[in-house]
Amino acid sequence: MKMHIPEDNPQYKALKREIIRYRRKPGPLIQVLHRAQEIFGYLPPEVQFFVAKELNVPLSSVYGVVTFYNFFRTEPVARHIINICMGTACHVKGAANVAEALSKELGIKIGETTEDKMFTLSTARCFGACGLAPVMMINDEVYGKLTPERAVEIVKKYREEHGGA
Amino acid sequence: MPKRLDVLICSGAACISNNSQLIRKKLEEVIAKEGLQEEVAIIETGCMGPCELGPVMLVYPDGTFYIRLKEEDVEEIVKEHFLKGRPVRRLLWETPEARKIAEEKKQIPFFEKQFKIALANCGKIDPENIEEYIATGGYEALGKVLTEMKPEEVIDEIIKSGLRGRGGAGFPTGLKWKFTREAQGNEKYVICNADEGDPGAFMDRAILEGDPHAVLEGMAIAAYAIGAKQGYIYVRAEYPLAVKRLEIAIKQARKYGLLGKNIFETGFEFDVELRMGAGAFVCGEETALIASIEGKRGQPKPKPPYPAQSGLWGKPTLINNVETLANVRHIILSGASWFSSIGTEKSKGTKVFALSGKVVNTGLVEVPMGITLRELVYDIGGGVPNGKKFKAVQIGGPSGGCVPEKYLDTPVDYESLKELGTIMGSGGLIVLDEDDCMVNIAKFFLEFTMEESCGQCVPCRVGLKQMYDILDRITRGEGREEDIELLEKLGKEIQTTSLCGLGQSAPNPVLSTIKYFREEYMEHIKERKCRAGVCQFKKEEKLETAIEKIKDII
Repeated sequence: MKMHIPEDNPQYKALKREIIRYRRKPGPLIQVLHRAQEIFGYLPPEVQFFVAKELNVPLSSVYGVVTFYNFFRTEPVARHIINICMGTACHVKGAANVAEALSKELGIKIGETTEDKMFTLSTARCFGACGLAPVMMINDEVYGKLTPERAVEIVKKYREEHGGA
Repeated sequence: MPKRLDVLICSGAACISNNSQLIRKKLEEVIAKEGLQEEVAIIETGCMGPCELGPVMLVYPDGTFYIRLKEEDVEEIVKEHFLKGRPVRRLLWETPEARKIAEEKKQIPFFEKQFKIALANCGKIDPENIEEYIATGGYEALGKVLTEMKPEEVIDEIIKSGLRGRGGAGFPTGLKWKFTREAQGNEKYVICNADEGDPGAFMDRAILEGDPHAVLEGMAIAAYAIGAKQGYIYVRAEYPLAVKRLEIAIKQARKYGLLGKNIFETGFEFDVELRMGAGAFVCGEETALIASIEGKRGQPKPKPPYPAQSGLWGKPTLINNVETLANVRHIILSGASWFSSIGTEKSKGTKVFALSGKVVNTGLVEVPMGITLRELVYDIGGGVPNGKKFKAVQIGGPSGGCVPEKYLDTPVDYESLKELGTIMGSGGLIVLDEDDCMVNIAKFFLEFTMEESCGQCVPCRVGLKQMYDILDRITRGEGREEDIELLEKLGKEIQTTSLCGLGQSAPNPVLSTIKYFREEYMEHIKERKCRAGVCQFKKEEKLETAIEKIKDII
């Protein structure tokens, strides 16, 4: 398999640096993929190919790992990721209603991205913030004690504040 | 120089998302404005427990406990309390039971029945400052074992203490250490399982964020006991704050010579590396976790061989859970007999629980083993809010079950819970009320385990999907009369034939809800009725109206 990798591209350069850092440690693949996803936002075939080549592991192993773990994405995502917690506490406190309201507000289903690439709507397992259920995360920030109305309000505000970002 | 007042601000995950950082900033501002910098110390701590009431703040030496703070409250607290010594009463915890305002933290029922060992430092010290940990006797236990005890003596002490694995299964910790020590091989590893994946569980998160050094110290003691030089902490990628605080703790411990080479100048060498998980529930299973650290798909392997014989890279490996490790230093310092005096005959010590769901005081609690579920839900948890009726408490996450009102006086210990068809589990405790449908809850957990099944073995991969489909049709009002027996039969087969703990325990939520709430299943199937009003059934059309409709079309 041949794939063109623009090695002088700054993202690949950054990834290469990370790979060199991890290469000497045993079992580096998952840790390298974490860094790669931080750099690229997701793990397209080219990146997986690059990782396989640099770590000297079969591409099939890389692909196997990427598709096994929920955390790794193979599709690009929006600038802001909304993750609605679907853990038990959130489930019994109405997370489904929050998801429905946001889905309606943004006009997309769970797993989809808005046309303007502003938001990706996603669900997650437990964040471990059950005391505040139901909760959602937008990027790294946790919002707790949600109602469908409050969730919509937060997303609207987010759009205003980060609209140009 | 000690200051006149110590102000502890909770910076557990829940309080942070309730803007505790803004409170801290404002507090610093006002204290500076009033010129109190020399008199008041501000300390950010790990989780204090009552997450529902956050952000919370504790003021010492008087023990005043402030709840639900807002930025605009800060000025009043500084002027009235810090300057004039008059606590701001409207921000104290009024307990509904007593209709009384708690002047001090120790008067609050939520804290009264708790007994903290694993959480001893959580909410008391700054987790990013190793000196505060050392001031609480931190690393003293490590010093003691390295200079005064032989590895075998350490293992004996842990065996005598009766400590059992807090990750859920409850295997005697000391025995695990013994087996790993006795295994052949020069190279051995210690792994801390911090892949807390049960939905509804956040105990380990709180320990990692609130007292990371306790975990490192526990690992180092374990390493000395079994003869390992290298440790790994396998932590969820979903816990960025825990990762950050662990990184800081490891760095500080290395700097102080408490990790690395020649620790306490005894020649003992041990270091720890962090490994991030990537969102696979099955990686909480020991052999899957090992595969994941090795950089592979997290697929469990048949046991034996156990990790104690052949674990990470085929070497003898000890895997302990976060909470288990956090207990170790206390056992070494206070003695096995002290530890084993707490709890019940077969379950010693304490257990941390994450209380959530339909309960007034959600949050993190640590209680002696043997406390009843009723005490947990009502005395500490404050009961069910909004005048609703209690229905069940779910324990043990996707591997556990639901306990109905009738058994609320059951003591919390490994054996009693197992008899009820649930497990101690990692400590998630979710209270359900009359608005929760038990069939829906069972379906919720099955959906979870079905999706998280690694897909290797047939009973788990195919069986759980079959069980899910049956539950799904019951919740849609299309259940058949034989479905309950079918679920029971399938469940038992999956329990006995699955490869790993995930499949073996996945039917528990279904079997336990059938056991205790069979009538709810029956209502769904026979009467198309969901007493909680959760399941939406399509309206059944009367035959006549259907015929009329068809006539219209024709």
